[in-house]
Parts: sequence; C-alpha cells; structure tokens
Amino acid sequence: MDFLNALVALLNFVVIPATAYGAQLALGALAATLVYGVLRFSNFALGDTMAFGAAVVILFTWWFQSMGISFGPLPTAILALPFGIAAMSAVALLTDRTVYRYYRRVKAKPVIVVIASMGVMFIMAGITRMIIGVQEIQFADGQKFLIDPTWFRTETGLNEGLALRMTQAITVVTAGLVVWALFWFLNRTRTGKSMRAYSDNEDLALLSGINPERVVAITWIIASGLAVIAGTLYGLDKSYKAFNYFALLLPIFAAAVVGGLGNPLGAIAGGFLIAYSEIGLTYAWKKVASYILPESLMPDGLMQLLSTEYKFSVSFAILIIVLLFKPTGIFKGKAV
Amino acid sequence: MTNSRNRTLILFALMGLLLLLEGTVHWQVHPLNADASGYTILSGSWNVVLEIVLMCLLSAIMALGVNLQWGYAGLFSTGIVGFVALGGLAGVLVSLPPVTAVWNAAGVGRLVVALLTGLGVVGLAVFAYGHLKGRARTWGVTAILVGGFFLYRAIFDPAVAYIEANDPAAAGNIGGLGLPALVAWPAGALMAAAAAWAIGKTALGLRSDYLAIATLGIGEIIVAVMKNEDWLDRGVKNATQIPRPWPVPTEVSLQESQRFLDFCANWGLNPVTASTIAVQLLYALLFTAVLLLILWACELALNSPWGRMMRAIRDNETASGAMGKDVTKRHLQVFILGAAICGLAGAMLVTRDGQLVPSSYTPLRFTFTIWLMVIVGGSGNNWGSVLGAFLIWYLWNKVFDWGSAAMWSATQYMDPASGLKSALTGSAEQMRTIVMGVILLVVLRFAPKGLLPEK
Repeated sequence: MDFLNALVALLNFVVIPATAYGAQLALGALAATLVYGVLRFSNFALGDTMAFGAAVVILFTWWFQSMGISFGPLPTAILALPFGIAAMSAVALLTDRTVYRYYRRVKAKPVIVVIASMGVMFIMAGITRMIIGVQEIQFADGQKFLIDPTWFRTETGLNEGLALRMTQAITVVTAGLVVWALFWFLNRTRTGKSMRAYSDNEDLALLSGINPERVVAITWIIASGLAVIAGTLYGLDKSYKAFNYFALLLPIFAAAVVGGLGNPLGAIAGGFLIAYSEIGLTYAWKKVASYILPESLMPDGLMQLLSTEYKFSVSFAILIIVLLFKPTGIFKGKAV
Repeated sequence: MTNSRNRTLILFALMGLLLLLEGTVHWQVHPLNADASGYTILSGSWNVVLEIVLMCLLSAIMALGVNLQWGYAGLFSTGIVGFVALGGLAGVLVSLPPVTAVWNAAGVGRLVVALLTGLGVVGLAVFAYGHLKGRARTWGVTAILVGGFFLYRAIFDPAVAYIEANDPAAAGNIGGLGLPALVAWPAGALMAAAAAWAIGKTALGLRSDYLAIATLGIGEIIVAVMKNEDWLDRGVKNATQIPRPWPVPTEVSLQESQRFLDFCANWGLNPVTASTIAVQLLYALLFTAVLLLILWACELALNSPWGRMMRAIRDNETASGAMGKDVTKRHLQVFILGAAICGLAGAMLVTRDGQLVPSSYTPLRFTFTIWLMVIVGGSGNNWGSVLGAFLIWYLWNKVFDWGSAAMWSATQYMDPASGLKSALTGSAEQMRTIVMGVILLVVLRFAPKGLLPEK
C-alpha cells in the first residue's frame, strides 16, 4: 500500500508535471531547432513569439466565450489555436520580409542576425504586453480534471489522490499529434524533404532547383505554429503571464542544443531531459520518501536538492556539460 | 581623420543641446479628459537632467566594457546584467557594516568553511578529471561532485539558517566589511572579473550562438542567487543604507553646514534644492572622472599593438591563429576586462542609489539596452559607445514621458471609461520597449557601423 502511495505521489508531483512541461519545451525546442537548421541562427525572439501567439489565442478564446461557443469538456483555447497560428504565421512572414531577408541576402554573420532577433524580441514583447497587459491570466475552461483526486482516493482507498488535469492531458496529446504530423511532413512530403535538403546542404539544394525563399517561408510558418501551440499549452497549464515567456528561452535553447541543434528528434529528447531534470532536482522528495523509508531513516529536511528559484540553473548546467563534452549534442546536430 | 573628429564633435554638441533643452525648457501638454497636471514633454528641471546624466555616465562605462568585448573582439555576451549585479553585490559586501551578531563560528565561520569546501570539491573534481582516464574518470568525477554537493549542503545549510534567523526584519544577512564605498568600486570590478574568468574558461571557444545562450543563463543565475540568498544580500528584502563614496556628503549634512547656507544666501538659492543639486553634481564629477580614465585607457589599448591584434583576431580568427596568436587566451583576457568594467559601473551604481535591489536587474534594462548603446554609437569606437550611452539613456527616459503624452493626446476624444483608452494610455512602459527595438533594427539595417563608425 505504501509503495502504491509513493508511486501515486511520484506520478502526481514529478512524472505528470514533468511530462507536460517536457512536451511544452519539446515543441518550443522544435521551433528553435527548425529555425536554426534552415535559417542558421538562434532566434532570441522565440520566447516572445510564444507569448504573442498565446496572447492572440487568448483574445480569440475570450471572443468565442462571449459568443457562447465552447468546446465541451476541452478548453475553448483549442478552438482558437488555428487563429492564433494563422496570425502568428502572418507576423513571422512579415518579420522575415522586413528584417531577416536582408541579412540573408547580404550573407551576414549569424551573430548579426541574432542581434536583429533581439530587436524583434523587444518589439514583439512590447506589442504583446500592450494588447494583453502584464497581469496573470487564467484562460483554461471546460472540465478541470480528467482524473479527479478525490474520486481516485475513494475508488482506490489510497491516501494519495492521483490528479490528472485536463490541460496536462491535452498538452501531451497535442504535442504527440503535432510531432507526428511534423515528422510525417519532414519525411514524407516533397516540401518537407526539400526543407531537410536545404538544411543539410544549402548549395546542393539550390543546385537541385529548390526555391530557398519558399523553404524559408514554410519554415517560419511551421516554427510559428509550433511556438503558438507551445505557448498556449504552457499558458493553459500554468496560467498566462507575458513576462514568463522570456525566461523559457533558456530551457528551450538548452533542450535544442542538448539534443543537437538542427535535429528535430534531439529537440524532443532534449525537452524531456531538461524537464525531468529540472523537476526532479527541485522537487521536495520528502512526501515520496515518507511512504517508502522506515521512520528511523527519514531525514529532517525537505529532501529538496535545489530550491525552485534555481530551476533555470539546471538547464544551464546541462547545457554547459553537453557543450563541453559533446558539443554537437546527444543526437548528432549541426557543426560546432 | 578630421572628418570623423568633426562628426564626433558635432554629434556630442547635439547631445549636449538636447540635455540643455531638457534643463531650460518647460513644456507640458494638457490633453482633454486627462490628469490636470498634464504630461511632460520637456521637464525644464536641472535636477531631472542631472539624474539622467548620472545614469548616462554609468551606462557609458558599461558600454565601454561591452565595446571591449564586442567592438574589439567580436564576443557576443548576453550576461552583462550578471556582471553589473555582481558589482552591486560588491557594494553591499564591502561597504556595509558587518552584522556582528553572526560573525562567529556558527555563522560566518561555518559559512566560510562551507564555501571553501565547495571550492575544494570543484578543485578535486577538476584534478580527478585531469588525472583519471576512461570509465574511472566519469564515475570518479560524478562521485566527487555528488558526494561533495551533499557535504557542502550539510555544512552550508545550518550556517544559513543561523544567519537568516538573526533579526530577519532588519538584518538576516552577514553584512559587509565596513570599508569605504570607494573601495567597493574596484572590488566590484574584481568580483565581476573573477566570475568572467570562470565563465570564459568554460564558455569561450564555443561558437557565437552558444556563447550568447550560455551567457544569458549565467546572467539569470547570478541575479537569481542575489534574489534568493538572503544571507548574502537580504535577497528581495533589499540591502539598504549603502554608504556614499567620498567626497559626496548627504543632503542633510549640507543643509546643516553654515558655509553651505552662507553660500546659498549669497547666491539667492533655496538650500534644499541647492543641496540636492550639489550632491548630484559631485556624483557627476566623480563618475565623469572614472569614465574619462577608462575611456583614456580604452583608447590607449585600442591604438596599441594589443588593440591591433584584437581587431585582427576579430576580423579573421584563423589567420591570426596561424600567425601565432593565442585566440582563446586573448578572448578570455578581453572578456574579463570588459566584465570588470561592467562590474565597476555596477558598484558605482549601488553606491549612488544607496541600496541594492536585486529584482531591478533585468536583462532588458542592463543587457539589451547596453548592447543598443554600443551598436547605435558605433561598435568598436569608444567615443561612439559614450555617445550611444547618452543618447539611448536620454531616449529611454524621455520615450516614457512622450509615450504617455502621445497616448493621452491621441485618445482625448475617446470615451474615458473605454477599455481601449485605458489600455493605450497605460502602455507607456511598452512603448519604450518597442521604440528601443525599432531603433536597434533600423540602425542594424541602415547604419550597421553606428553613429560614429570605427576608423
């Protein structure tokens, strides 16, 4: 019984949150890695792209709610997602036309493009905060739990109640679908193959008649889609706050680099690795331990290795270790 | 040569003119349905000008540090906020009086032992990494680090609990060494340099994107430590009453001094206003002296064989490497120097503010704005960095006022109760961010060499 309680506590506080968070990071890291693979720069505006896209989704959600449209047990935000993605793609294409295309033409050094993306980040952050404000926003509606903890407790007679929130389930399912669709697109369609070809060897791709501008445009659209989905899922799961998305930049980049920049599979693995390490190291293990360890062996403290405020140092440490010992990432990524 | 010198002179004169206007012209707009006091376009107050100029001077010092890293060496670091914050921390640790109640074996003594243990563990791990091979190395280093972590926490945690339990409302920290504030300035530079050494040792030599991501992380971590380690600097409770540097007096002591009162009476000045301005002026003189010193040193370095070598490395690493220059070592050197200058400015900043507010160290304010200054001024040109610092900080201040004024004016015929109006008029802070972004993009695109291009 104690073992089962410990298992449920572990699922509740570590496995489920980390899986949901990992799925969000993986989607963000996929966006980062795609832009890196095709456009060859680290997009610092990614965090605020997520914030902006999620803000648009929230606006549409509110509009739908005011018209009385709902999605049954699922959050209305899922219905609003396509609109957010469309808006974000348009913004991304516009940004590419006005900012990034020039640097592509003059073959600027990647670091210059990174600085330009910082400018885009400023502007996007400002606009997002202007249209949606800086306050915390809860926009998850519909059914709250897929597995209700009190129901679970009465059904099983365990002390710990297993809680699976709707948003967590949706995050994982959506992320799975999106990743499946992305891999199908990259591996099976002509356009996807031309994207991979362009990413692998630009000159050769150009020689084979691949239109670079088209590849770039499609990359922006896909990356925007991924970013908006990641941003919305994160907001649904944890509540939306425009400032929080900048701080996601570090774990997302760490996930992309750990998996090997430019490698989509690596980005997913990296996302989960970062999420599990972050939550595993900052979780106070006392509760789980209290079920398994005998009374006499229980330590006094919370059994928390790092305080939650330092969770970003976990992604940072992983990033540094990988860069020092395996600079191309766990899965082979692009050149160092 | 003369052409670029004229350009420098003219642009600095224009900048001076902007500040002169700010000090002399009082201009407010009064949109309908708005606050009766109006919205300021130009304040017409010398106090405001001095306030802006002080931050311009400090920003200029930071910009010179960033220019060393970026302009001379082409290193793209996004962790500037961390170095500035470390400088601020030095202000606390050096110039605040010690909290004597915890300077005993159970408090500071145990803390020092813990920190030495931590250092020892890292040293041992590095040693083991160098002297073991293969699987033994992986497991050995991991075991040392994991075991060392628990050992460190076992010594460290009780010391922290003890220190933070001591009068948490007023202290709860270890205080500082009680040395004069002027000593904190070089100490800030040293602390930032030490951190830069550790970071540079690991992160330099990575490709430029990775360096940017890694330093972004470092900056966040340094600020997170300062926010959460109450024993160190009281965390978000803020360390206050940091003493002023010699020779800046307090306003109150000036108002009590007979000589100052006589002086004010002679010139027909209000002693309260005059004392504020006198204090600001003294700070300005002090900061200008430091800025000129650093500017002079940077110019000297730029035109020396060392400066030429740095630029050669920046322009072609492979070729300079082939000529026998140790690229990684030179990068490390210039990275440390630049960080030290930022740390110095950070220490100067807290000794002026009189307090350390860890939550005020945001990357937007202390990393990206400084970058903007260097790029707008002209990467690689020291005078450009100074000009950029003045211009951008001036705009940073004024865009906020102008944004409010513009938004209130634009929405004056709208229904006062409408949500759109309150959203627009409340967005002055966001306007600032957007304008800074637009400036960065425009300069980068149309004048990538900046206002004062590198010669």
